[in-house]
Amino acid sequence: MTEALITSLTIFVLATFVGYYVITKIPPTLHTPLMSGTNAISGIIILGALVVAGASDDTLSEIIAIVAVVLGAVNVFGGFLVTERMLRMFRRGDEDPKQR
Amino acid sequence: MSDQDVLNVINAVYVVAAIMFIYGMAQLRRPATARTGNRVAAMGMLIAIVATIFDREIVSYHFILPAILVGALIGAWMARTVPMTGMPQMVAIFNASGGIASALVATAALIRFNDAGTDVEVDTAIAIALGIAIGTVTLTGSLVAAGKLQGTINQNPVLLPARNVLSLAMGVIVVGLGVALVAVSEQTWLVIPLLAAGMLLGILLSIPIGGADMPVLVALFNSYSGLAAAATGFAVDNNLLIVAGALVGASGLILTTIMCRAMNRSLANVMFAGFGQSGAVVAEEGERSYRSVNAEDVATMLAYARSAVFVTGYGLAVAQAQHELRKLGDLMATRGATVRYGIHPVAGRMPGHMNVLLAEADVPYDQLYDLEETNRELGQTEIVLVVGANDVVNPQARTNPDSPIYGMPILNVDEADSCIVMKRSMASGFSGIDNDLFYMDKTAMLFGDARNSLRSLVTEVEEIIKNE
Repeated sequence: MTEALITSLTIFVLATFVGYYVITKIPPTLHTPLMSGTNAISGIIILGALVVAGASDDTLSEIIAIVAVVLGAVNVFGGFLVTERMLRMFRRGDEDPKQR
Repeated sequence: MSDQDVLNVINAVYVVAAIMFIYGMAQLRRPATARTGNRVAAMGMLIAIVATIFDREIVSYHFILPAILVGALIGAWMARTVPMTGMPQMVAIFNASGGIASALVATAALIRFNDAGTDVEVDTAIAIALGIAIGTVTLTGSLVAAGKLQGTINQNPVLLPARNVLSLAMGVIVVGLGVALVAVSEQTWLVIPLLAAGMLLGILLSIPIGGADMPVLVALFNSYSGLAAAATGFAVDNNLLIVAGALVGASGLILTTIMCRAMNRSLANVMFAGFGQSGAVVAEEGERSYRSVNAEDVATMLAYARSAVFVTGYGLAVAQAQHELRKLGDLMATRGATVRYGIHPVAGRMPGHMNVLLAEADVPYDQLYDLEETNRELGQTEIVLVVGANDVVNPQARTNPDSPIYGMPILNVDEADSCIVMKRSMASGFSGIDNDLFYMDKTAMLFGDARNSLRSLVTEVEEIIKNE
């Protein structure tokens, strides 16, 4: 195993633990916004897609990566916007629904 | 700046973005801070994308900027137009698109490596194979789930003969092709059978699963879409992909576990048992007697109740009756009653779905109680109104060891003083199990369409208030 791989695995394991502890604290009321929010975050794949698509050294890989850029952008924008739309609906009893 | 300087700046931005993702998710622990959290995470994504665009490897912007724009427009349109009842399908479609995007990036990365004649390291090849396999399974599995949720695919479990053997065999084929790709990674064409096999496996895994188990499947593929991104992150050596993918993977896995626990079933049982088709009707000998009431009787009870819990199920949303129910609750609250909404984790079509549907109908979130919170209150509650829920209030889950739902955590509505069940008829619920609650002395049945019944309840209660 290379040093880079060890580093990457460490990052993966630590992020999983952090995710576990952060997410167990989220109440059931917000589980649907959590899922659409994580949809947006999984759109992170757009970063990998951008690098391959922009490199322009090979037509086939460029085309495939462009498709991935579109799909990643769908997740990023769709995910964050629909989460925002849902969270706007949540209000406390003493808040005026017209105020939102 | 040298190329190395640019790379350092990009990586520094990635660290900030990772912190913003984690902070943003942590803010989801309270509805009051959740919107800020979502925006912080979105800002994190924005800076990460902008930083990546400056990557020196990117030499051409002709296609990537329009591609981002097209994706953004499609995503924004979906986010604006989806009805809240359609959220599970939408999340399933996002799972699918995240999954296949990861598989595509892994594929494109392999093509580039081989074209450049670079020797692909074993660990990189493993990551590529994993990214493709997980991503394709997520794609087709999620599309089947979305189709079932939308009703375009038969919601009943499709049970092929020897389906588990078939799935296992396909799983072995996927692993075999993955190993082959790692062994001879310069043979780029090997990704094609791997892509195909992964897609087939996704279909085989998801078609045997019934409509009522979709929350589990959607949560599971949510997790997979993250893991596919993380695997691809290993392949293209991008730490932010690994961090974000791991966060999503952990989130989906936790939700999967919560859903399984709420049904008292293991993930293996959900995935491979073909639940919901056996028609496990527990035949009852003879007719059991129940009490039927009309809206007027119920309105009198509700108008003078001091405490009430509304137990809502997906049937409420199907009848589009959330607004009527909220009006009824508001009326009771103006008369000094404490009104709460009791929500079982599997009440909707995905985790937390019922809460969103009620929030959309302007029910304040501090009136939404989860399983444990509701059960703490039910002993001191005067009246329970059950709308569109069935199995989750069936006392058999506690009392009858022979019942298929025995051991499932339920809302103990039979602990309240009295209980009104709104239903179309005495027909049994999705699972086909008779509900003991309906035959209890403290229970009264109000038959009819939920929306019409609630509308007449509102009118009757208003009448009572006017005549006082």
